[in-house]
Amino acid sequence: MQILLAVIIGLALFFAIGLASRATLRGLAPAHLVPTFRDMPLTASFGLAVILIYVVVSVLAPVLAPFGESEVMGAQYLPWAAPYHLGTDKLGRDMLTRLIYGARNTVGIAFATTALAFVVGTVLGIWAALVGGWLDQTLSRIVDALMAIPALIFSLLLLTIFGTSVLSLILVIAAVDATRVYRLARSVAQGIVVMDYIEAARLRGEGMWRLIRREILPNAMAPLVAEFGLRFCFVFLAISALSFLGLGIKPPTADWGSMVRENATLITFGDVTPLLPAGAIALLTVAVNFVVDWQLHRASGLKE
Amino acid sequence: MEKQPLLTIRGLRIEGRSGDAWHEIVKGVDLTLHKGEVLGLIGESGAGKSTIGLAAMGFARDGCRISGGSILFDGIDLRAVPEAERRALRGKRIAYVAQSAAASFNPAHKLIDQYCEGPVVHGVMPREKAEADAVELYRRMRLPNPEEIGFRYPHQVSGGQLQRAMTAMAMSCRPDLIIFDEPTTALDVTTQIEVLAAIRDIVRQFGTAAIYITHDLAVVAQMADRIKVLLRGDEVEEADTRSMLTAPREEYTRSLWAVRSFARAEQPPATGTPVVSVRGVTAGYGAVDVLKDVSFDIHARRTVAVVGESGSGKSTAARVITGLLVPRKGEVLFNGKALPPNFKARSRAELRQCQMIYQMADTALNPKLRLRELIGRPAEMYLGLKGKALESRIRDLLALIELEPDTYIDRLPGELSGGQKQRIGIARALAAEPQLIICDEVTSALDQIVQEGILKLLDRLQSELNLAYMFITHDLATVKAIADEVVVMQQGVVVERGPKTELFGRPHEAYTDLLLSSVPEMDPDWLNRLLASRGEHA
Repeated sequence: MQILLAVIIGLALFFAIGLASRATLRGLAPAHLVPTFRDMPLTASFGLAVILIYVVVSVLAPVLAPFGESEVMGAQYLPWAAPYHLGTDKLGRDMLTRLIYGARNTVGIAFATTALAFVVGTVLGIWAALVGGWLDQTLSRIVDALMAIPALIFSLLLLTIFGTSVLSLILVIAAVDATRVYRLARSVAQGIVVMDYIEAARLRGEGMWRLIRREILPNAMAPLVAEFGLRFCFVFLAISALSFLGLGIKPPTADWGSMVRENATLITFGDVTPLLPAGAIALLTVAVNFVVDWQLHRASGLKE
Repeated sequence: MEKQPLLTIRGLRIEGRSGDAWHEIVKGVDLTLHKGEVLGLIGESGAGKSTIGLAAMGFARDGCRISGGSILFDGIDLRAVPEAERRALRGKRIAYVAQSAAASFNPAHKLIDQYCEGPVVHGVMPREKAEADAVELYRRMRLPNPEEIGFRYPHQVSGGQLQRAMTAMAMSCRPDLIIFDEPTTALDVTTQIEVLAAIRDIVRQFGTAAIYITHDLAVVAQMADRIKVLLRGDEVEEADTRSMLTAPREEYTRSLWAVRSFARAEQPPATGTPVVSVRGVTAGYGAVDVLKDVSFDIHARRTVAVVGESGSGKSTAARVITGLLVPRKGEVLFNGKALPPNFKARSRAELRQCQMIYQMADTALNPKLRLRELIGRPAEMYLGLKGKALESRIRDLLALIELEPDTYIDRLPGELSGGQKQRIGIARALAAEPQLIICDEVTSALDQIVQEGILKLLDRLQSELNLAYMFITHDLATVKAIADEVVVMQQGVVVERGPKTELFGRPHEAYTDLLLSSVPEMDPDWLNRLLASRGEHA
């Protein structure tokens, strides 16, 4: 009975958020974007709304959070009751506060990492496809060699060498992920560089950067966007895995991945509190993929 | 004598979807076909020819639906029977030959395996018998080496042979009706003749009824007993071939007939330094020489047509001029000055002078850029135009190619028709303000009415802007319309060159003769006469 109720409430929330955000976007969008938002499916508007909420929460974390990020408030594992609306963790820190700060750290780092991986991987991949010859061979073989090393072990190795600051975490995971993006971007671009319009642009005397940015990238967007959605989620997992091994985000910084681990004991007592950060990751993943699917549908020209 | 017709279509309506709305693309067409009869369907692109052809099999393409009317095939209502029954008919009693055999064969299987699939699946004959039958039909289609050609893969066979192999395949179950959807449009003239003759013979031998879809009137005149003219999903008129050709009733039909009448005014012989001069160029890929000692000149305000079958080196000559292919020997002079052989070594000013228009506008325009940027980019790059000046230049160019600037400036190429896309290709070339434009088969992917529009536009622009054209084509009708001088190429060698009137007037090389006589004429007896005369000589 409870499960049924939860499902109904969930669906109701989904439609409410989706419809409300679609209506708002239509109202606020600049004139030339109105048609884009008019055809937006409900899933996409729901996804957009969720992403927007996450962004607002992470930006305004210090304002929204009732307590300090690593402030020990009281006894450990307190139940859900005011002033600790979601209870406390194993050190007696407020769960809600840490969830809010976790959004800032986890989402911020994951986004920065994925974005960096994509910029580097895409540019290098298209460049290799465009120039071909020895450059393509050199870059591709280096990438092959990097991909041959298991990703987790490789990141562990790099993090041990460069130390475990947030910056090196971002750089290391981005470097590992960029190899995957490179492969995809290169193979997609190889199909595009043989087109007549690329030949026309080369004959016009266009520079490399313009060829990559204006002539090839827009045509390679669809698979890249799809890959972005997937990679973004994998980066969460990578960060949590590294945090678990003690090389990720360091305590007491709040991070959803490590929050699950730290409070896992509670699960044995039938308490759902440790699953909240996991749920937050799951919700964001779903939301991102909804938006990605929508963009994919648009970019692949299925609409035309 | 009132026979039961083989195929009766009454009030056929087909709708296509664009976005969320359905709109009619075939608006109530009637069609009757008797056993052993060949009906020609002609019209411009978008007239609904292919859609009607497929509907005759009870089939509607993705994004289309048959919304009204009846399709009776030999007493079977194709719209009422279940899909399984329609499937049983297709391939067995109704067969289909597609426009591009190269794209329609499965590249992973041998020809004979694909031939045998139909008869075996439909239970017409066992595999061994089907194989023997394939050889017999390959022979009747006059394919070389009928015993072994079936054991090749599609890419190992030429386009004309593939098209014949596909017709043989359509015949494998001895169907009552074959639908030919532009089977020779992608072939060059000399190959087209062989395919046309083979198709016509085999259809007659087996008494098969056929619907022959094409936009080429001269072709349909050879093939069909009756012709139906379509315009935007509506029937214009229908009559038997001879009376249709001699006395068309409708204005639209007459305009179709008159398309080939465009001809450029004759120009005096050109003098002075040629814009481009190709001197003794030998070039090729790898060890193979595709061009052997090729020389020709192109003067300002003149059109030089480079003619030849596919593989004769026409496009390679263009690649040498543009600098995409570095010649092994020889050089290219521009206004008397030698150009660096590789385009990467040429200056912007040199690149600007020579622009290209491509055969396939679909792949020559970046599908993700708006027309504003497609056309504006060369003007911005070469002429340094910005802001208001650039905007007004783009508008001028659009007006020049007869597209309304306000409507089109922010469109994507996907929102244009084939002819409009080709016009954008022209505008992009013009934006650089070049002296020479290389037109690589620019009209061969377009139907005749659109073709004529493009040719007229090119002609007008030439006199307004002092352009020189290098016009690569295999279509001699186009050459007759637009060229001043003609260069005939065969296997990388210039066979003959000279002013158009001289070349077409005097007795010429055997190869030029073959090309010239292969251009279909509107006379329904042309193919018979031609085959008869070639038979005598052979």
